[in-house]
Amino acid sequence: MAVADIEPITARIDPIEQRPPLVLGDATFRGITETVSRPIEWKPPVGWYVVLAISLSLLSLLGVSIAWLFWEGIGIWGNNVPVGWGFPIVNFVFWVGIGHAGTLISAVLFLFRQRWRTSINRTAEAMTIFAVMCALIFPGIHIGRPWLAYWMLPIPNQMAMWPQFRSPLMWDVFAVSIYGTVSVLFWYLGLVPDLATVRDRAKTRIRRLLYGFFALGWRGSHRQWLHYERAYLLLAGLATPLVLSVHSVVSFDFATSQLPGWHTTIFPPYFVAGAIFSGVAMVVTLMVFCRVVFKLKGLVTLLHFDRMAKLMLLTGSIVGFAYGIEFFIAWYSGNPYEQFAFINRAFGPYAWAYWIMVSCNVISPQLFWFRKARTNIVLLLIVSIFINIGMWFERFVIVVTSLHRDFLPSSWGYYVPTLWDTLTFLGSFGLFFTMFTLFVRFLPMVAISEVKGVLPEAKPH
Amino acid sequence: MTAPLTAQTVADDTPVAFGGAYGVLAEFDDPGTLYHACEGVRDAGFSAWDAHTPFPVHGLEKAMGLKASPVGWFVLIMGLGGAAVGMHMQWLVSTSLYPLVISGKPLFSWPAFVPIMFECGVLGGAAGAILGFLSMSKLPRHHHPLFTSERFERVGDDRFFISIEADDAKFQGDETIQMLRDLGAQHVEWIDGDGR
Repeated sequence: MAVADIEPITARIDPIEQRPPLVLGDATFRGITETVSRPIEWKPPVGWYVVLAISLSLLSLLGVSIAWLFWEGIGIWGNNVPVGWGFPIVNFVFWVGIGHAGTLISAVLFLFRQRWRTSINRTAEAMTIFAVMCALIFPGIHIGRPWLAYWMLPIPNQMAMWPQFRSPLMWDVFAVSIYGTVSVLFWYLGLVPDLATVRDRAKTRIRRLLYGFFALGWRGSHRQWLHYERAYLLLAGLATPLVLSVHSVVSFDFATSQLPGWHTTIFPPYFVAGAIFSGVAMVVTLMVFCRVVFKLKGLVTLLHFDRMAKLMLLTGSIVGFAYGIEFFIAWYSGNPYEQFAFINRAFGPYAWAYWIMVSCNVISPQLFWFRKARTNIVLLLIVSIFINIGMWFERFVIVVTSLHRDFLPSSWGYYVPTLWDTLTFLGSFGLFFTMFTLFVRFLPMVAISEVKGVLPEAKPH
Repeated sequence: MTAPLTAQTVADDTPVAFGGAYGVLAEFDDPGTLYHACEGVRDAGFSAWDAHTPFPVHGLEKAMGLKASPVGWFVLIMGLGGAAVGMHMQWLVSTSLYPLVISGKPLFSWPAFVPIMFECGVLGGAAGAILGFLSMSKLPRHHHPLFTSERFERVGDDRFFISIEADDAKFQGDETIQMLRDLGAQHVEWIDGDGR
């Protein structure tokens, strides 16, 4: 197994495909089943319990913060005039962004026949679902009276009130909730054959019943595979425009306003690229740990990290280009308010946040021009964490620097998050990591049937 | 109905009465053998049969003589339906249930309704894909006779199977078993139960 780390990735060539092999180590059908089932069937390592304990404590922090919020009201947060949108929207956009890589890796790379996606797509999809769960918390709790959240839904009520469909905030409700739903459907459909594999290997009755229930009675029949593959292809085809639309709609929340710094047409593509950028960084962060802890070195090879690093380089460069274009347009438009907003962004009171964002998002991924950097696991981990920090700051910069000096200098202010803002944000990581820790223990984290399909001996001729 | 048969291995040259059986299950080593065996079963004119594999073996539908999946129609119809419902809902709410004039725009200002219409269309299409998959492949079904076979438990692992139902007009017990052996089956067994 250690071979994967020592050998240069191009050293061995798949005899049929004339490409580097996608699976190293025990690359047999049985070997793949064993490797992927091990974390589900074995007693987890101590580290797993430690991670679960930390995640659960963070999760309880989220519970406490939300309970206190509901009791006391949103006055416990730092949101105030002029910065009426603070941490809740920053965290919402951050988490929705993280959620984008899952669908991108799964659906877009599937449509482009990028078969290297098979080893990482399951984890990436799971990450998407958990990130969308975290994201949905923030708009849910920031409305002040959370027990009235159902007012956002188009359902008849006794006040004869209906949502305003011309509002981008309303589009957001639909976009994100439907994105979450479709991601779950896509993820579950992909899981069905693997759940059947786990069911057939189950030693205890309770496992057999539980996995059996969710495997729907799958029996790998080719008549079933035919419908399965068509449904999977079409879901990927639906998810691809969906993933582009979701973050575009999120950006409309800002772009349809009249505020300098938000009111720009570059926002939809810029937000989508940034979302994919942060999402891939999160996938890399998670995969580095999963690969070591669950001995997946043969399945998640340096080739996969190399390709993901290239994705980060591409999307990171798009994001850097967008930062530059914002300044160019501010100057070229001749609009003094727009110009002030951007000079203030880079050299005003929040310059520290702006330059953290630039160094993490624009400068650090440029390392990935070098193959040595793309295949250095430690460096990948560090840069991917930097990117996540940088992308959080990007949303912070967009939201806060545009608001804190508005049109009326007498109302200018300096936004500082409160303790509860910070605890709620940390708590959302608790939810994310709790779900992820349970996922790696109880569900196959690599798509077993898909990985078998990319082995050379899977070809019938 | 005769007394139920248990899933049993058929020894060479042993005649077995197949009344009451679901059919036979033949096991193969690799996708290549399975592919050519499927061509053989197809050419012998069977219709109530299936191949079982741990992963989709591409091109096997050709060897089996199967038609393309109609799941796409479910997606098309439910996707367009979802988009229509989405736009209709917004039209109804904006023009009659809760009419509000916003900066002098018409009540049915449809360009603003496109994002939600699109999202509803995607939701409908995704639901169509799942419903199409489930209804066409007759799932969920947890009680299939093939699950009585112990060897069949490796279908999700590394083994490849062909099952032929006893209901098939061409099914002839021992002759069918012999045919499967000639096609390269490593192991053939009877499966109990009346299937459908």
